[in-house]
Amino acid sequence: MQELIDRLKELIADGTIVRAIGWKKGDMPYNPEPAYFTEAEDFDDFVYDGFCGANLSKMMIEAGKLEGKTAVCLKPCDTYSFNQLIREHRVNRENTYIIGVGCRGKLDIEKARKAGIKGIKSISGVEIEGDGDVVFDTIYGEKKMAYKDLMLDRCHVCKGKEHVIYDELIGQSQDTDDADRFEEVRKIEAMTPDERFAYFKTELSKCIRCNACRNVCPACSCRKCVFDNTKFDSQQKANVDSFEEKMFHIIRAFHVAGRCTDCGECSRVCPEGIPLHLFNRKFIKDIDDFYGEFQAGKDPEAQSPLTDFTFEDLEPKDAVGRGDK
Amino acid sequence: MQKIGVFVCHCGTNIAATVDVKKVVELVRYEPGVVFADDYMYMCSEAGQEKIIEAIKEYGLTGLVICSCSPRMHEKTFRACAEKAGLNPYMVEVANIREQCSWIHKDREEATKKAVILARAAIAKVNLNTPLKEGESPVTKRALVIGGGIAGIQTALDIADAGYQVDIVEKEPSIGGRMSQFDKTFPTLDCASCILTPKMVEVNQHPNITLYTYSEVEKVSGYVGNFDVDIRKKARSVDFDKCTGCGECSTKCPLGKIGKIPSEFDRGLKNRPAIYMPFAQAVPAVPVIDRENCTYFKTGKCGVCAKICPSKAVDYEQKDEIVTVKYGAIVVATGFDIINLDKFGEYAYNESPDVITSIELERLMNAAGPTGGHLERMSDHKQPKDIVFIQCVGSRCDSEEKGKPYCSKVCCMYTAKHAMLIKDHWPDTNITVFYIDVRTPGKNFDEFYRRAVEQYHVNYIKGQVGKVKPQPDGSLMVQAADLLDGKQINMKADMVVLAAAVEPNPGVRKIATMLTASIDNNNFLTEAHAKLRPVESPTAGIFLSGMAQGPKDIPETVSQAGAAAVKVIGLLAKDKLKTNPCTAQCDTLLCNGCSTCANVCPYGAITYDDVQVMDHGLRETRRVAQVNLALCQGCGACTSACPSGAMDLQGFSNRQITTEVDAICR
Repeated sequence: MQELIDRLKELIADGTIVRAIGWKKGDMPYNPEPAYFTEAEDFDDFVYDGFCGANLSKMMIEAGKLEGKTAVCLKPCDTYSFNQLIREHRVNRENTYIIGVGCRGKLDIEKARKAGIKGIKSISGVEIEGDGDVVFDTIYGEKKMAYKDLMLDRCHVCKGKEHVIYDELIGQSQDTDDADRFEEVRKIEAMTPDERFAYFKTELSKCIRCNACRNVCPACSCRKCVFDNTKFDSQQKANVDSFEEKMFHIIRAFHVAGRCTDCGECSRVCPEGIPLHLFNRKFIKDIDDFYGEFQAGKDPEAQSPLTDFTFEDLEPKDAVGRGDK
Repeated sequence: MQKIGVFVCHCGTNIAATVDVKKVVELVRYEPGVVFADDYMYMCSEAGQEKIIEAIKEYGLTGLVICSCSPRMHEKTFRACAEKAGLNPYMVEVANIREQCSWIHKDREEATKKAVILARAAIAKVNLNTPLKEGESPVTKRALVIGGGIAGIQTALDIADAGYQVDIVEKEPSIGGRMSQFDKTFPTLDCASCILTPKMVEVNQHPNITLYTYSEVEKVSGYVGNFDVDIRKKARSVDFDKCTGCGECSTKCPLGKIGKIPSEFDRGLKNRPAIYMPFAQAVPAVPVIDRENCTYFKTGKCGVCAKICPSKAVDYEQKDEIVTVKYGAIVVATGFDIINLDKFGEYAYNESPDVITSIELERLMNAAGPTGGHLERMSDHKQPKDIVFIQCVGSRCDSEEKGKPYCSKVCCMYTAKHAMLIKDHWPDTNITVFYIDVRTPGKNFDEFYRRAVEQYHVNYIKGQVGKVKPQPDGSLMVQAADLLDGKQINMKADMVVLAAAVEPNPGVRKIATMLTASIDNNNFLTEAHAKLRPVESPTAGIFLSGMAQGPKDIPETVSQAGAAAVKVIGLLAKDKLKTNPCTAQCDTLLCNGCSTCANVCPYGAITYDDVQVMDHGLRETRRVAQVNLALCQGCGACTSACPSGAMDLQGFSNRQITTEVDAICR
């Protein structure tokens, strides 16, 4: 972390960049937050550890419009989102200095809570460079958890330790991939339509429409979201039943289909713990099945199968009825 | 607020028998915006249109809803009618209560309910309609014909004779198509070559026709009047300008003597060299090198043809060339082939060389064919004494897996022709034809068939063949049922001829996709209207000629080719076309500049520009989409791809469509 701070300070001092986007300490040891750093003393609060899960690529949409270059710290998986934003002309690459930061998987405080760890005073063992267990100093004494057991689900299906775009790399990354990416999707596919509807109805009933998923999503980068636009009558429409409001998530999934890199931020930030990534991952699985494997953001030049046409494309008759299987 | 008039058509009894039109009128009268509603026997008639015009004038109508047949049928009629009364034609909406309602429902009450719903949706839409104005686009006075068989040849000649430039693209090395493979043609028994070859020569010499043989259409963009087509001219390996067509190269090609390459033209009954012309009368008379089989291209050794060529025309270095040409109209004349017979194992086609298809028989009887026109068995080159013809092999087939549901239309006639020609050649031959039905409608057709039965004593048996079994003595055992006598038949034959079903040329799928021309379940191209627009594709500027559209014989193909030519000439004769005003528009304040719309636009109508925008007091330079209205065809692909809803289609706006849906769900 110190190497990263020193380097960012150096880049500001030599005029390469005007500001940096990274993470600063939060009110608790497990909730650092994205922040801008311009002055040397700002870096006193800079932090980069296992709890810095936030994908900062989307912040470059606004930062790219500012005067002078901005450095942004991106983990390997965040670079996919950044590439996708380049593809959609939403970020200014010229105005961006990408520091590819190392990653050993990001942590989920909920996992500790579920393991019964409460009253946390401080946490150690969450450094990127470390390889030991995470140690919690709590008001009930010291508690330990294996780093892997504390990881976000998304990190168990990690896209790999390679950054797909960067200007320089700082720190080592590890592959943390040890689970089947589509296992959850397959479970849902195996349900009957009624079971499936009941499942999502239950999950989505928790939604409070805080819009955190939309605001954090790098693919949801519209200047004005259709859900906020009075131009469409749907915005003012009264709901006919309690589920209609939840169509928000289904429509959102359609809007990001073929563009979603599966960064998993939607599920990470959801205060209600709704597994929102499942919608997107189902689309990804279908795209893979129908058009061959495709990873959004891997190559900023690559066309999304959904907005590209080839003679080898699946015939509609072969896709129809597939959902019934 | 609009003042809307609703007009409900009875369409004689087409609508009125199933839909209570009076009730529809009563129920829609109180819909928002409606100030007048009435019904009439035939709204499209002169009197019906007069009623509409009167109502527009009397009630000062600003919008019309016509509840009638499909918009494809009469939208134009009613728009013209509105225009006559001074109303913008795009203030008219048609609610299709015939095809989508009365024709498909039986229950009167249900159908009436649905008609009201459809009317409501149209009324809701008209409330949001705005007047639109058509633009103009120029017409490129050149036509493209895809396929150089008799259909393509005739279409091209007719267009060229009218004074317009035509290009023919043919994927084979020569034009001529299937017809050039035939021996004689029914019902007059003229020799196919004798009537086709002069036309091929005429095409080659016509000042208005350009031939692209051994070429394929690679890419099509643009729209009616303004297509851009990329044509791939495959490397012939022979210099067109130097070659004299002497044929020395083919004669000397070492592979011709070894005889390992089956001739496509002779359906594999004969072999050909690696450098070849498909047949003697080929147009153009310039050979090609089949690079897949040529020893020089495989090993770098040989080179005999280049050495022997007196005019030094052989060019191994030639490369595929892509030319881009502009066209105003495109005719699809891609023709047919017969189905693959692998699934018909019962007829032993793959087991015995003496079980042949009718097209192979054509080659065996053709004077220029592998046997010099002398009909003989392929196994032992003896004269066949007993010949069995099996009809409907794969035609009118119940099993979708195995064959085709349609009648191939030409088999009954050519089988009668084959039977008579064989009897003329070998009068002592016994010929038996197994058929399901004999279908011979057409001028002089039934007379032709009766001649086979009455004068030539061809034995026609109604019944299907169950099995053909090759025997150890080289003959074939045919097991069949005689349906009229109710008997099982076991019959020995020396030769069995299968009337295999026709199917559209397999390449047509790709071409149809490039042209956005629709095809049916059997890959035949679909007409804009089965009865009233039979040579036009639903896609403007695309026309259909020959078997690509459906099974037909040569006289019919030639008539259709002429009809397609007339439609093309009618289009090319215009200097300007009216463009569809229902084009896309970009709301620059909502546009993200993401390029998704440009990626999905099939017409290349969307470009991006950096423009200054004023967004609620914030002045910014933004990359936003711009629609070229001359190129936009209003397909709406961009509007559904746009994530922020910045793209919208005039006349079919997102709001109009959601309002329609709301009206239906109300």
